[in-house]
Amino acid sequence: MSAATSGLPPLLRHAGWVLRGNPVTALAMLGTALLVLLALLAPWLVPYDPIASNVRMAMQPPSAAHWFGTDQLGRDILSRLLMGARLDLAIAASAVGLSFVVGAVVGAFCGYQGGWLDRAVGRGVDVLMAFPLFVLAMAMVAALGNRVENIVYATAIINLPFYIRFARTEVAVRRQAGWVEAARAAGHGRAGVVLGFLLPNILPNIAVQISLNLGWAILNAAGLSFLGLGITAPTPEWGIMVAEGARFITAGQWWLVAFPGLALMLAVLCFNLLGDGLRDILDPRMRT
Amino acid sequence: MQVLRRAALRVGGRLLSSVPAVLGVVVLTFLVMRVLPGDPAVYFAGGPSAGQEQIDALRVQMGLDKPLPVQLLTYLRDIARGDLGRSLTTGQPVVVDIAQRLPASLELTLTALLLALLAALPLGILAALRPGSAVDHLVRFLCTMGVCMPTFVSGLLLVYVFYYLLGWAPDPTGRIDVFAASPPEITGFLLVDFALVGDGEGWRAAAAQLILPSCTMALFVLAPLARMTRASMLAVLGGDFIRTARAMGLPGWRVILVHALRNALLPVITITGIVFSTMLGANVLVEKVFSWPGVASYALDALQASDYAPVQGFVLLMASIFVLVNLVIDLLYGLADPRAAG
Repeated sequence: MSAATSGLPPLLRHAGWVLRGNPVTALAMLGTALLVLLALLAPWLVPYDPIASNVRMAMQPPSAAHWFGTDQLGRDILSRLLMGARLDLAIAASAVGLSFVVGAVVGAFCGYQGGWLDRAVGRGVDVLMAFPLFVLAMAMVAALGNRVENIVYATAIINLPFYIRFARTEVAVRRQAGWVEAARAAGHGRAGVVLGFLLPNILPNIAVQISLNLGWAILNAAGLSFLGLGITAPTPEWGIMVAEGARFITAGQWWLVAFPGLALMLAVLCFNLLGDGLRDILDPRMRT
Repeated sequence: MQVLRRAALRVGGRLLSSVPAVLGVVVLTFLVMRVLPGDPAVYFAGGPSAGQEQIDALRVQMGLDKPLPVQLLTYLRDIARGDLGRSLTTGQPVVVDIAQRLPASLELTLTALLLALLAALPLGILAALRPGSAVDHLVRFLCTMGVCMPTFVSGLLLVYVFYYLLGWAPDPTGRIDVFAASPPEITGFLLVDFALVGDGEGWRAAAAQLILPSCTMALFVLAPLARMTRASMLAVLGGDFIRTARAMGLPGWRVILVHALRNALLPVITITGIVFSTMLGANVLVEKVFSWPGVASYALDALQASDYAPVQGFVLLMASIFVLVNLVIDLLYGLADPRAAG
């Protein structure tokens, strides 16, 4: 341990140690940071207007002027990709955030209290899990209306069972712990114990889940918009870009599909590797 | 006799215990479908320009004028009679439509599952035998990439490479070439039907249409299967009984395939069940990419036309398949490991 890092808090020092031994996680962190940065700065980075069509320039293969080529309306694919990153990341983050907040709280109360509440929620979760989840999301977006926020709600709901179950088990094993007993004895009510003590305690474990879930949520949202659900035509979004390019793939115009597909893949890859890495840092026993 | 009776009791018990979940699914879908935007009566009377009495007549005919709980009860009664309603777009009973299209979906899904297992089991075993070797790293790489690739993108890229660049695959639309003769309808599974009538050329044509979509879906599920096989084999290979088998001089392949694999199979079976149900959802995307005439694309078309009955029928079908798959998995446990049958 060098002198420069010895002053850091133990978790950070441990994280540094794990990262040095596992460059893949470091790369994933870098990739995620880059992705978020690109998405945030997209409006200032795009070389062309992502929505303005220019039919004279339609279907150009990748070139120096259009790095990733242009689509059937002559729109620059790189610009659409960058703006699409904003939307896709925003959808995934808000969907996962929503299901995390609701799922963790509901699951924690179920695990702490048990009884009828636990049984009722458990049944509800069973029903949700008996659906093919993607089909459920499709039906919900169709039912709620073709709007972006409904993709968020649908994705949040199909993620919900995992958070509820996870939080429930994590809280249930801690329910009888000494420090929970102590919190009760100190006069904290039910809500106080669950929200003030149990939830913060299980938070690190859920953080791993969140990262792994983000990738899944992106795939899910892109899948929905690929089917024409939720996001409508001129909006730049990765799934709809793939859907529009699909018609041209049998004619050999690969760049319409390949670049948004690659973007999706890289984003999911980064989140998944990051989740695995976070688990290594937080829970050394699970290290593979 | 005793064994058979116990197995029958288990099956019965499992089926009974899944009734509440399936019922929940039915009620939930019913409610979700009722909030769908668009009034189907207006839609099928030919738009808002249709006469009011025509719309009202349709509404009465479809039972939409009654209160929601009554509609739900009627729907449940119809389901119990095996009547899933009538599709307003195709004009046929939903049961007939689904029965026509289900073989296409099942053929695709089962072929994909078979391909995935054929690839994942050897890969997982090889990786477990030499942890840290090139094979192990290759498997890990494939698994990591496999879960990141959206099925609709991998499907389109496969089309690009094998249809456009190499020209090996036929035109990626539908189950059968438009100009080819379809086989007599026996089972609805084209490969089985062509084989039954002994039409080798037709069989090859159908298989050629099937190969890209099923590979797409197999790629999607390869990762969890291979990963679980590797982990489970690793755990078993460290066991005392493997050391004993080796010490007794049994041939290496026998130790691995008979003693180790059989014991490692339980978790693999579990994950196969989970994977199968995710494939049911992924079907929608793959069928859309390859214009596959299966139940999922049928439901998607109905969904976009706010045609309730087919979508409800589809979801009910999916939930029932899900329950059946879990049941089969449960029975397979008993076959793979008699201790689990308890």
